[in-house]
Amino acid sequence: MSDYETVIGLEVHVELATKTKIFCGCSTEFGGEPNTHTCPVCTGMPGSLPVLNKQVLEYAIAVGLATNCDITRYCKFDRKNYFYPDNPQNYQISQLYLPICRNGHVDIKTESGTEKAVRIHEIHMEEDAGKLIHDDWLDASLVDYNRSGVPLIEIVSEPDMRSAEEVIAYLEKLRMTISYLGASDCKLQEGSMRADVNLSVRKVGDTEFGTRTEMKNLNSFKAIARAIAGETERQIDLIESGEKVIQETRRWDDDKEMSYAMRSKEDAQDYRYFPDPDLVPISVSEELLNEIKSREPEFREAKIVRYAEEFGLPEKDILLITENKHLADIFEETVSKGAPAKKVSNWLMVETMRLLKENNLDPEDIRFSPENLASLIELTEKKTVNSTVAKEIFEEMFKSDCDPVKYVEEHGLAMQNDEGALRETIAKVIADNPQSVDDYHNGKEKAIGFLVGQTMKAMQGKCDPGSVNRILKELL
Amino acid sequence: MSKITQMDALTLGKAIAAGEVKVTEATEEYLKSIKESDEKYNCYVTVDEEGAMKSASDVQARIEKGELKSPLAGVPVAIKDNMCTEGLLTTCSSKILYNFVPTYESTAVSKLRDAGAVILGKTNMDEFAMGSTTETSYFGPTKNPANPEHVPGGSSGGSAAAVAAGECAYALGSDTGGSIRQPASYCGVVGIKPTYGTVSRYGLIAYGSSLDQIGPLTRNVSDAAAVLTAIAGHDEKDSTSVNAKAKDYTKALTKDVKDIKIGIPRDYFGEGLDPEVASKVRAAADVLKNAGASVEEFDLSLVNYAIPAYYTIAAAEASSNLERFDGIKYGYRTEDYEGLHNMYKKSRSEGFGAEVKRRIMLGSFVLSSGYYDAYYLKALKVKALIKKAFDEAFAKYDIILGPVAPTPAPKLGESLSDPIKMYLGDIYTISVNLAGLPGISLPCGTSAEGLPIGVQLLADCFEEEKLFRTAYTYEQCK
Amino acid sequence: MANIISDETIEYVGILAKLELSEEEKEAAKSDMGRMLDYIDMLGELDTENVEPMSHAFPVQNVFREDAVTGTDMRDLILKNAPEEKDGMFVVPKTFE
Repeated sequence: MSDYETVIGLEVHVELATKTKIFCGCSTEFGGEPNTHTCPVCTGMPGSLPVLNKQVLEYAIAVGLATNCDITRYCKFDRKNYFYPDNPQNYQISQLYLPICRNGHVDIKTESGTEKAVRIHEIHMEEDAGKLIHDDWLDASLVDYNRSGVPLIEIVSEPDMRSAEEVIAYLEKLRMTISYLGASDCKLQEGSMRADVNLSVRKVGDTEFGTRTEMKNLNSFKAIARAIAGETERQIDLIESGEKVIQETRRWDDDKEMSYAMRSKEDAQDYRYFPDPDLVPISVSEELLNEIKSREPEFREAKIVRYAEEFGLPEKDILLITENKHLADIFEETVSKGAPAKKVSNWLMVETMRLLKENNLDPEDIRFSPENLASLIELTEKKTVNSTVAKEIFEEMFKSDCDPVKYVEEHGLAMQNDEGALRETIAKVIADNPQSVDDYHNGKEKAIGFLVGQTMKAMQGKCDPGSVNRILKELL
Repeated sequence: MSKITQMDALTLGKAIAAGEVKVTEATEEYLKSIKESDEKYNCYVTVDEEGAMKSASDVQARIEKGELKSPLAGVPVAIKDNMCTEGLLTTCSSKILYNFVPTYESTAVSKLRDAGAVILGKTNMDEFAMGSTTETSYFGPTKNPANPEHVPGGSSGGSAAAVAAGECAYALGSDTGGSIRQPASYCGVVGIKPTYGTVSRYGLIAYGSSLDQIGPLTRNVSDAAAVLTAIAGHDEKDSTSVNAKAKDYTKALTKDVKDIKIGIPRDYFGEGLDPEVASKVRAAADVLKNAGASVEEFDLSLVNYAIPAYYTIAAAEASSNLERFDGIKYGYRTEDYEGLHNMYKKSRSEGFGAEVKRRIMLGSFVLSSGYYDAYYLKALKVKALIKKAFDEAFAKYDIILGPVAPTPAPKLGESLSDPIKMYLGDIYTISVNLAGLPGISLPCGTSAEGLPIGVQLLADCFEEEKLFRTAYTYEQCK
Repeated sequence: MANIISDETIEYVGILAKLELSEEEKEAAKSDMGRMLDYIDMLGELDTENVEPMSHAFPVQNVFREDAVTGTDMRDLILKNAPEEKDGMFVVPKTFE
């Protein structure tokens, strides 16, 4: 087996984060009732016409620039003709002849240390299809066009990858780049990023490529890895037993870990592309390119280097914070408000991550403002609140982005810095708990914990446990 | 006062504005006229008696309140059945849309409603505008009011015949390769195809998207200018709509052609042109010459190549545009089928007529793998050459004058058998669509048999004003 | 006739166009298409070597909409003409094997 090499190219579809569809003003929001986000345009009604959403073009160009592509300065949309019920016009508006981006590359680094460039053949803009749902009762399918017309870009790589590990590194790199641009959230499971795998095998040392197949329906990194392994094995088996690999589209069934040919006499795969006469050409000006380039964010690689130099953060912190641009933005803004970097990092890494996980949320859903996080950190730094109270405030901030200073005032949570009052309370706790006092004097160090707890309770938590400890020891 | 149904649209509009005629009265008169003669001519697929009367009283009330100032307010109109009308059956004269009631309005119709037009109904046409005789309609052919044994032309045959028969004051048609101008000529009315992009195509059920344009069919040039003024204008819903300032074309209606240079393409007067048509068209040129225009002949070139280029492009676009008719979202679905693809095939094969299927097959073939460059791309290149030939001509002339069709209206049933012969009939009209130019068809006489003959004037893109001025001058002087 | 259209071609184009022609229609389609293609072949007489294909007769470019939601829920209208609907969706012959 090992004298074979796997050759892989990817076609990655990414749903763009626009508010509206590519050719009409319908919302792209997820989860509406079937067909409630539709209009004559995205349901292919006779006489309806498409008009391009400018944001789609700008996102596509931004992704192209970030992946080192040449931007096609005069580009057009083409119709891809094929009959299928999820495609209301029975043609998909896409780009074949003049795609918006060409000849790019991204640099990848695998976990085992391979570094290489994966070339991008082209990136084109197109519309998504609707959704088909099987209805057992009717033994028929039902069509929902809410997703029909949602903007996609398709990123077509050259066959430059040789292993599942490289494929995943490439996808991670695209995901990170595109999400940093804000062009998409790139979620494989939710289908906002989808990868079709073009795969062939050849004997090591061969210069010609073998016959490739295209695999669809891969919705997790794990499924992609399994599909690559499965298809590699299937093709090698075919070749070893003297059969031929047929160029075809196959559907991966991740439960059965098998792929199936998606062939039918009725799918001629002759798409009769031609320029869509309902849309006019796009001419990309130097100004637009410069404007988009100037909006390009600092990408993760640069942040990783800068965070280490500027903030001296541990690598673990840096990797976690820069995993998501929104998180990194919150970090940077909070630090810019004067909060110590490591403290900010701690709040993001521990409490924020915990609450996100508990509430099944993504970093994009974070609602608290950097201002409020900075002011909470200031409260703890000044010892106005202790860490327990700070966590309580943070939970509220996480929910409602409350102002921690106001919250402390409204709930009377400020620590008692009046030592006289604290001493009185402690004296009362000592008087009320002779047993614990005895235990302490008899060498049971732990007994002091109980007394601290009692004091904190009496003070309603509004005191610094360090001071309580100190005074207790003094009075005992 | 003359009979309401004999008035031109602007005259009727004036009488309505002056309170001499009520909108309801005008509408009733037209509905009566339709009842009397449409059984004979079959101009309409749908007559919306109830909707028209309701709209008539609404419009009357708005006129009385002073809300409607358009010269067309209250004037009854007929709409070609390939323009979507909200709540009103829109069939494209095809079985596949036999029950389709749009829930949205085409922009052109919506603009007419804003101007206070009363919509009488939807006119018959060649199925999906594919044809030159209105014989390919699922709802039977329309007859020419000048002689019901003859075709009215097409594809806007119902609209042209309805205007000629006094079944509406004016009508909207659409023109992909001559579909307004040729029936106007056959029926003896005025028809203009504006510059591509002048009237929004939103809601027009597409045949050849890069060629289709909506335009008016009217009794005279002034009406045509008034109607085009009402329906033209930029529309954000149509990417190919031209973003230009709204124009009042009626301002161009002056009797003055002294500065107009007219070119007559020699190539238009060659083999195949009926001598009677040739002499009437030349006589029209003489009228303009006598009015002060300069007239000379020139060689346009490439005339014969327009037909094959046109049929390649139109068929290719149509094959794609008509894919959406699949029995799923609207229209006809076959009764019995086994599985998805069989449902598609049966619904489409039963739903489309022969001519539509012929063009879909041709269009699908010329776009199919291995043929795209040789046919479709080649045709787009020839289109560029044809456009260039016109650019050169318009550098020398303001107006090109020629025939609309090689012959007067043929008899029913004579044209359909031979497709190429039928397509040859479009030779003078289709290059205009390829080049995006405006063209107007004007009545210029009748044949010995009493059939109307038309003359065609063409101008450069966006030069509708010159076209109207020349056409108006001709109409006044003839 | 220079262009001979075979039964296979008609069959193939029928699959692309989703049209099922009767035997009679097939014969007519073969001859019509062959003649049309012969006629279209006339374009080959023109030298178009350095000619840019022209999709639109004059150059309109860069027509865009802003990314703002204009659609409202019009499901009932969208489904109004459906030959068959269920639960707010269009019913089609099953697409899953």
